[in-house]
Order: sequence, then structure tokens, then C-alpha cells
Amino acid sequence: MNGITHADVIIIGGGIHGSSAALQLAKAGKRVLLLEKNYVARHASGVNAGGVRTLTRHMAEVPLSLASQHMWANIQEHVDDDCGFEVTGQIRVAENESDEKILSDRFTMMQSNGYIHEEWVDAVGVRDMIPSITPNILGGLIARSDGAADPYRTTTAFRLKAQQYGADIREGVTVKTVVRQGQGWLVDTTGGRFGSEVLVNCAGAWADQISAQFGEIVPLKPIAPMMLVTSRMPHFLSLVVLGTGRALSFKQRTNGTVLIGGGRLAWVDRDRDITELDFRTLADSARTVCDLFPHMRNASVNRGWAGIEASMPDGIPVIGASNTEQNLFHAFGFSAHGFQLGPIVGKILSELIITGSTNLPIEPFNISRFAASSQAPAGAYPFAT
Amino acid sequence: MSQVSNCEVAIIGAGPAGMAAALALTEYGLDVVVFDENPAAGGQIYRGITSSPLRDRPQILGKDYWAGEPLVKKFQACDAQKIHEAIVWAVSQQTSDFAPSHFEIGYSVNAEARLLHARHVLVATGAHERPFPIRGWTLPGVITGGAAQTLLKSNAIVPSDRIVLAGCGPLLYLIAWQYLNSGVKIDMLLDTTPKGRVLSLWPYLLDFVRSPYFLKGLNLVREVNSKVNVVKHVSELAANGVDALESITFKTGNQERTVEADHLLLHQGVMPNINLAQALGITLNWNDVIKCWEPVADIWGNTNVERVHIAGDAAGIAGAWAAESRGRLAATDIAFQLGKLTEQQRDTVAVKLRHDYVAVTRGREFFDRLFQPPVQFRRPTGDTVVCRCEEITASQVRETVKIGCTGPNQMKSFLRCGMGPCQGRFCAVTVTELIADERNVPEQDVGHYRLRFPTKPLTLGELAALPQTEDSIKAVVRLKKPV
Amino acid sequence: MFKRLPESEAQLNAHPVALKVNGMEVFCREGDSVAAALFAAGLLDCRDTPVKGVPRGPFCMMGVCFDCLVEINGMPNQQGCMVLAKPGMNIERQLGAREVQT
Repeated sequence: MNGITHADVIIIGGGIHGSSAALQLAKAGKRVLLLEKNYVARHASGVNAGGVRTLTRHMAEVPLSLASQHMWANIQEHVDDDCGFEVTGQIRVAENESDEKILSDRFTMMQSNGYIHEEWVDAVGVRDMIPSITPNILGGLIARSDGAADPYRTTTAFRLKAQQYGADIREGVTVKTVVRQGQGWLVDTTGGRFGSEVLVNCAGAWADQISAQFGEIVPLKPIAPMMLVTSRMPHFLSLVVLGTGRALSFKQRTNGTVLIGGGRLAWVDRDRDITELDFRTLADSARTVCDLFPHMRNASVNRGWAGIEASMPDGIPVIGASNTEQNLFHAFGFSAHGFQLGPIVGKILSELIITGSTNLPIEPFNISRFAASSQAPAGAYPFAT
Repeated sequence: MSQVSNCEVAIIGAGPAGMAAALALTEYGLDVVVFDENPAAGGQIYRGITSSPLRDRPQILGKDYWAGEPLVKKFQACDAQKIHEAIVWAVSQQTSDFAPSHFEIGYSVNAEARLLHARHVLVATGAHERPFPIRGWTLPGVITGGAAQTLLKSNAIVPSDRIVLAGCGPLLYLIAWQYLNSGVKIDMLLDTTPKGRVLSLWPYLLDFVRSPYFLKGLNLVREVNSKVNVVKHVSELAANGVDALESITFKTGNQERTVEADHLLLHQGVMPNINLAQALGITLNWNDVIKCWEPVADIWGNTNVERVHIAGDAAGIAGAWAAESRGRLAATDIAFQLGKLTEQQRDTVAVKLRHDYVAVTRGREFFDRLFQPPVQFRRPTGDTVVCRCEEITASQVRETVKIGCTGPNQMKSFLRCGMGPCQGRFCAVTVTELIADERNVPEQDVGHYRLRFPTKPLTLGELAALPQTEDSIKAVVRLKKPV
Repeated sequence: MFKRLPESEAQLNAHPVALKVNGMEVFCREGDSVAAALFAAGLLDCRDTPVKGVPRGPFCMMGVCFDCLVEINGMPNQQGCMVLAKPGMNIERQLGAREVQT
């Protein structure tokens, strides 16, 4: 077929943000076409730790995260699926005095900004909540309404609901070029040509390749954070535990398996969609886990993997309108902590596209912050995922 | 504390292919390390040959088994370093400390994780039983034909009470014959080879008649047929019981019968053990004759991954003699690639090896087609367990395809099938076939689970004891700075 | 049940290896894997599955099915068919997911 399929909005990328945007726009009556090069939730969105976290976010993300958390509380209504979401609480623990200072400074800062969702817990409190943690923990910062969900199931639920509202989801379709056509766009792909008025770039670890087509060069780095999962174990943990001074994300799922993450990186080739786990670095994760939870020495590691994600040098995503083109919007670069933001980002994009603005403070995420120079903005964020 | 060491060629697996390759490579003067999971060499076919209690009654296991002993003895005496009871859980290329020239092999011996660097890798991981998904195949009392053989060869342990063998293929008849030789009474052998199949394969028959297996096989089958109650053309099969096997129901023609049993030995062929190959990035192709995935390799064992060869049943089911030839061919090519042989020398050596290979694989076309597992035992329905580890049933898998799941990796995410410790060894082909069945597309298009390292489990404690590197300390998403 | 052929029985009697299996004393032959020892001692199943709690026993005897998981000397998830039985080993049934002691 040599024809062009038209839609109101074309979304590039079938991860959580693309699917969430597809849902909100289709719900608002727009003809939505989503183009995904593999299958929906193939990459970061399908294989992350599933953390639904407001805890210790970058200040710029906090308002968005809190708004997203409201949506998570009603996720069943939004997408007809509970997404495996459980409110278990997330806690960041202090292993030493340096950690303790970081967390206590954070607590002070949050209080002075009027945020109450992060609470300090002392050493005794932590051990009460987590009996199997090392007695050396000095305390922690907890967000009680945080938790975890199933990332593949969640992204799929958003996608299915979007389809119910009439969104057209095309998988196995890779975007080759995008050119201006009048006020709108002509997208040439491996699966045909598509036209639309509005274009949304949710292309994850490949989003810079898309944005570069419009002269928007961003210092996006593809990363592949590694995960390990154990075989089922007797229940010993209900919260999600995060490290402070050293990277750790540790949770036990309802089925008894334990998920170990934290941001240590695999080798990645984003052009071939392949990653290779770095076992020396995983050994480091293993040491961290065993230090914090000594009984985990005997845990059997069943599988490891690494999803391909986009990292921005300042640790926060790009969200908002293009700096160079009309009718072009971006949402990418979530730097290994975008999952929880999925619901709200779809809403933000939909508002921007339909009404031209959003109430949420998205200025810090503007792509223009990379326009001035090739140098990354200063101020690396202290907390790992 | 862990050790790291070096070699020129690492061979994974000390079955016939691995042993033959090790002999050839050491003859060419190369520095070789061979990993094997078992305490002694032999692979599965010659399992226990150095320690079998049945040495003094060699007629029980038969001539073909004991004929493997010279190879094992030569292997034991050769210069290759042998690491037994070694579980290889990863082979890294990019993240190896000595990338790109050396692979880094992660393995454990007695719960201690270690690393070895090798310039070249030969995958000789052999084969394992293919799944035989019938109702009740997970019941205690049900084991594979191969398991029965291992118990006999390595331990001289046999089932007693009421024993039924079921399935198709030469191994089933072999174990029956070995049981007869050891005085084990077999109640019944249920042969699932469909009616009329032999006749339909007449175009391949001439080749089979010329094969070395022909007479051997014929005699064995004839003896079993004369001494065991063999029920032919069994079309349906189920194992019944609550906490253990109690009875077996089967159908042949229009007749359904139920017999009480204490042991059911299931076998319908073997398939390449592909987990390590696929995790290494070797391409797989669907073999539509024997209905399983096979790594893609040429006659030298070259794969799409540079400096990784594959040989033996791991590359495609062809038996022990073919495995030796392919092992030697791979070794010869590796020696050439590592500069020990010129191309001409390599090609000269290969002439006889290739000739041998052709001779021992003659008749395989007939063989493979004759013993192709029947479709109802590859594409189960209802509450038949498909994924043993996660206890997922056939109807669950089929339903999930109906709601839009098109491939095994999505299926994994939906249902957890393939996420257990066996990593799909006993469910991958069934899942591929069920998806193909529901979608009405070829298995090649459906694809396979994306397998990753670690290909065998290891404990966090083992992993934690691996030595640190500079890079691993820095490799987190963001560097820490005070707020 | 499983039984030993005379050669196996003779080797066991000449050099018995003493094990504890679920609290009971069991003898096996030098060179037996734990799984083989359990079969010969009369046990067909060695664990309960974590999902449905149903009994399972060794299936493939070559380390690829992971149905022969047992607890050996306090360590869970040991493949019985891949571990050689050693004198004094304490082998226990692996129960789905038992409570952890902290």
C-alpha cells in the first residue's frame, strides 16, 4: 500500500509514557497512532523494578510524582487492572553517619518545603519494620504510600485501555525519518508511512535520535541498569528497601521472589537491542545485599537481565514542548526512575496537546536546558534509583 | 577468595564432542581447559563409565556403552586441564576483563565462584530429554528414560514393582533392553509411534538400511518386542494419582485402558541444550523434523559469534559417534584460527573426519522422521502442566495467546512460564508450539525465550565473593555528591 | 520403589555412607548422588512446590529439571542429582517456602 495513514497524534515509543499518553489522548477523543519498534513494554518499561516511588525524588520531580501517586491510588479505575500495585512503603536506609546526614538533610529540606510524605524512622523503628536487616542500620527515610507494581502488566494495561478508546497501536514498526508536512508531520517507517498533526517523542533510549531530526541535540546516554531475581523465599520483607551511600533497590514480591536492582550498569548496544550483564559489578550488588541482609547469602539467583533505558546527565527527564518545532512534544530520559511517573506524564502530554498548557510545573524538564551548550547542566542528583 | 586464570581454549562439556575436541586440541599443542558438571567425564551417553558398578556384567549396558571407555581414558590422560563438578553460569565477551581478545567464563565448583579467561570457546553442552507434557507428568513416580539410564549406569539402581515405559525413540527400547538384561520386569511398553508412519517414510528407508544403526537397532527392538508387552500406536496417555503415580490411562485405536503402575518412564527424544548457546548470542533455528530449536553452525562448528564454536548434540542431535567427529572438526578449525594449522592442513585433516561424519549420520533422515514426537504430545490442552517450575497449564498458555500475547517473551511476562530455575529447558518448545498452534503460524516465526546469563543458578554469597574491579566500583547510574 | 542391583548393594555394604534424611538414618553407596540415595531409600518425592505445594521428586537426574531440590546441611535449593552424597550429610525435604529464622 502506498497510501499514508493519518491520525491526529502520532506517538513514537510503546513504553509506559507512550502508552499513557496514548490512553489520555484517545480518551479525550483524539485519533491516536502509536508506533513501537519491538513490542509494547519490550524495553525499560517492561523490565524495571516496578518501583512506585515518590521517596527522595529530585525536587523538580516531586510535584509530578505526588500527582502521579494519586493516579496510582486509583489505577484500577484508570486502566481496568490493579497492575499488581501494592502499597508496601519504600524506605531509604542509613548504613553509616554519612548516610544519616544525607537523609536528615533531605528530611529538613522537605519539611521546609511543606512536603510531609517522607518521614524519618529511627534505628529501632527500622528493625521493627524489617527484622531481617542488619542491626547496624542507623535509621531511614520512609514514604509509606509508596510501593511497587508489575511493570509489564502495568504498561500492557495502559496499552489495552488506550486501544479500548480507539488508539491504533502498531508493533514491529521502526521510525526511519520524520519530516514536516504543512503544520503537521509525515513519518516514514518500516511499516508504512503515517501522517499526523502532532508528534510525541516517547522513544526512550532512542529518543535523542528522534529529537536530533529536529535539531534538538540532547546528551542522552543509553544505559542498561541490571536486575537480579532469586528463586522464591519464605517471606521476610514487605517494604521496598533502598540504599543511600551505595546503590541498592531491594524488594520481595508477593510470590516470594526477591528483586535486586539499584542502578549498576550492564554493557549495552542500543542499535542491536542487546545488553551484557557485568558479573563483577553484580558481585558488588550481591555484597551490598549480603551486608544489609546477611541471610541472603544463601539466596539462589535464578535470572539476571538489563533493560535499555535513557539517562540524562542531570538525572531528570525531558518533558514538554519542543524548542524548535510546533506540534512536537517530548517525554523521555527518565534515567531509571520513570515508571511511577507514567500515569501523570500521559496526562501532562495530553493537556499540553489539547489545551496548550498544564498546571504542573514542568519548566525544569524543558529540552531547552540542553540547547545552550553540549555541557550537562550542573548539579548531579545525590540519590540513586 | 576467587581465582582468575587463563587458557587458549575453553571447552564446556566433557561428553564425546568435548572429549574428542580436547584430545585434538592438545595434540595441536593448545592450552585447553574443559569444564564438566559431573564428577567424571563421559557426558550423558557414557555417564558413570569410570565408576559404574556394572563393570563386571558388561552385557547389561551393552557393547556400545563400554565402547566409549577408551575415549574417556584417553581424555583423562591428555594434557587438557579438567575442572569437574563445574557449573558454568556465564560467558562474557564485552564485560570480560580482557575483552575483546578473551572471553570471561564464570563458573562455580562446590559453591565457590571463579573466573577463567579463554581466547576461544567450544560449546559442547550436549542434549537433554525433550518435554513430554501429559496429564500427571509431574507426579512423583514419573521420571524420564534418561533418568532411568543414569540410575542404572551410575548407581545400578532400578525401579521395582509395576513399571511402564512410554513414548518413542531408540532410547526407550535401549533402556527396556538393558532392564531385560538386568532382570528387571517391565509390565508394559507403550509405543506412541503413529500407525503407518514407517511405511510413509519409505523414501528414506534405503539410507537407513545402510546406516550403522540399522541392524543394531533392529535386533534390539526385536528382542524387546518378544519379551515385553509392547502396546503399539498409543495415541493418548495420562498419568493418574494424587500425591504419586497410581495408574496410567492410555488409548490405542478405539480402546482406552487404565493400568496400575508405580513407575512411568517417559521418553520421546532429546533436544540440544541451548541455554548457554543462546545466552552467548548464537542464532537458533527451528528444526521442523525433530521439532526443537537448534543453534546455527556450519560443519566446522562455527557460529555467528566470533571465536565461539559448537559441537556434538549441542549443535544438533546426531548421536555419540557424530559428536566425536564434530568435536574433532571444531578442534581442527579452532587450531587453524589460532594459527597452529594452515588452511590446507586443516582441510586435509577434515577429509576423513567429514567422511566419518557422513557415514555415522547416514539414515538420520529416516530416523528423525520416524521418531518425531506426535503432535498431541507436543501441543497439550487443558490442565496439562506446561511449565513444571511455575506450574502453568496448557489452557493458561492458550488463553493468554487468545488475549493478544504473540510470543514466548511476552508469555513469560504474563504468566511467569519460563521464569523458573530450569529456564525453559522443559517448557520452551511446548510454549513455542502452543503459541504457533493458537496463532496458526510456523514455530520459526514465534521464536524462543530470550535466555540470559546466569544459565544456571548461583547463590548471592557465591556471586559476592567474585573479585572487585575498578570499573565495578564506578558503575552506578550517578556519582555520589553531597546535597 | 527403587531397588539396588546386587553390585550396588554389595558396594553399599562394603563402604556404606551414612546420611540423615528427614531425621532418619539412611545408608547409600560411595558415588551415589543425593537424589539416587533418596530413590534407593524408598523416597519418590523430595520437595513441595512453592506455587501449589504439590509433591515433586527427581525427574531428569541430570541437572536440568530442578525438580530434585532439597535442603542439604541447611542450604536450600540444592539439586540432589548434582550433589554427591557425603558421610554425615543432613538432607531435608524442601517445603515450598518455609519461615525464615532471623
